[in-house]
Amino acid sequence: MSEFRMPSLGADMEAGTLVEWLKKPGDRVAPGDVVAVVETQKGAIEIEIFEGGIIERLIAKVGETLPVGSPLAIIAGSQPSSVPQAGQTAPEVEPERPAPPPVETVTETAATAQRGIRASPAARKLAADHHVDLEALTGSGPEGAIVYVDVENWLHAAARQPASPPGTSPPPPARRGREAMREAIGATMARAKREIPHYYLQHTFEFDRALDWLSRTNAALGPDRRLVPGTLLVKALALACREFADFNGYWRDGHFEASQSVNVGTAIAIPGGGLVAPAIMEADRLELPAVMERLRDLVNRVRAGRYRGSELTGATVTLSSLGERSVEGLWPIINPPQVAIVGAGTPVERPWIRDGRVVPAATLMLTLAADHRVSDGHRGARFLAAIAAKLQEPEKL
Amino acid sequence: MTRDELRRILLDELGRLAPEVDLASLDEQSDLREALELDSISFLNFMTVLDKRLGVVVPEADYPMLYSLSGALDYLERHLSDRRS
Repeated sequence: MSEFRMPSLGADMEAGTLVEWLKKPGDRVAPGDVVAVVETQKGAIEIEIFEGGIIERLIAKVGETLPVGSPLAIIAGSQPSSVPQAGQTAPEVEPERPAPPPVETVTETAATAQRGIRASPAARKLAADHHVDLEALTGSGPEGAIVYVDVENWLHAAARQPASPPGTSPPPPARRGREAMREAIGATMARAKREIPHYYLQHTFEFDRALDWLSRTNAALGPDRRLVPGTLLVKALALACREFADFNGYWRDGHFEASQSVNVGTAIAIPGGGLVAPAIMEADRLELPAVMERLRDLVNRVRAGRYRGSELTGATVTLSSLGERSVEGLWPIINPPQVAIVGAGTPVERPWIRDGRVVPAATLMLTLAADHRVSDGHRGARFLAAIAAKLQEPEKL
Repeated sequence: MTRDELRRILLDELGRLAPEVDLASLDEQSDLREALELDSISFLNFMTVLDKRLGVVVPEADYPMLYSLSGALDYLERHLSDRRS
């Protein structure tokens, strides 16, 4: 018997609000199953269980805000996951069990509402309990969905202003979700800048070979199977991390713990503001089409506001790529407890000297921010050069 | 298919890709990637639905012609009528 607890979904998370149970007492769960949805400053996150067993009792109630570590449910006959992983990777081998509900179904029922207004189930329930008309609220959740905290804020605002003149509604609680995310990003980055002695390196190199290879590869493929340049960046970084273990892992309790698996966090902007960096697990072992599939899935789910706890906490190193229509370079900040982050700018056409001649070339600027407690600039330079070298031979990625 | 029918289909699909954007106020000439905050993967998703729904496979080299809604309508009209003739 064991307790399933409120997970920490980031260095900055203190508490989460339970918005939905996806399992009920008596249900059998296997390691990696999504059992609940928790709302945090980063939006609604599906949380997984890391041991198998049968749900004996649900302790936490929908709508409750609970500190990290609070018991949420009691699991009977639990068998701890036998797959030890850095960052609690969901194990791939699953014991026999009934098929889990497909993720799509979960997304339908939880993130979107079919009746006109987008609202999470918990928000609907809270609104119904207090006779709040959802029409009056502005959603701050994914895709403008009304989430629990919006209703809560509206109720607080309504309670604070009992004497508001007729015809005026309470101040809109909108943007609170965005503000909360901004605060969370600010807190994490302030901590990173305060505690991590960053050093920075930059490397600009020809990116033509990689782009040409991509064009040739994509020419033979339908749009659903084409690759974006980010796929190459993720894979090149992941492979380099295998050779340079001191950039892949966590700084914990005063020392560095290298990770056995390479889980590449990919910074993805949330339309309208904010960002998250969910991980592509074991990216070094994936073929490029599989990396692309994961990347597409993550981007789509970030846009829909649905990602899993293990994806948010699982990254062992991060890639921040500006994409194809931005500026030349960035100086990223390490996402603690990780110890390195690689920045990729937008490829730029410029005059370049090749074999003694000035030629037009597409160039890429890669940057590295790494933790001086773990490595030095000399080593960091070799790491960055190794990534660049891999990008010169895209056919081997 | 008329241009209006085609426009309805495109707006329908773009609405799925960027549900948070009010498409009623979309300028047909504007760059969809800017207006709808489409990154390269979201744009690729757009190309994928054109293939699935209309059967038009857009090669990468032609992407720039579909960066705006009006450009996309021109391109698709041309390709759909070529196919008929």
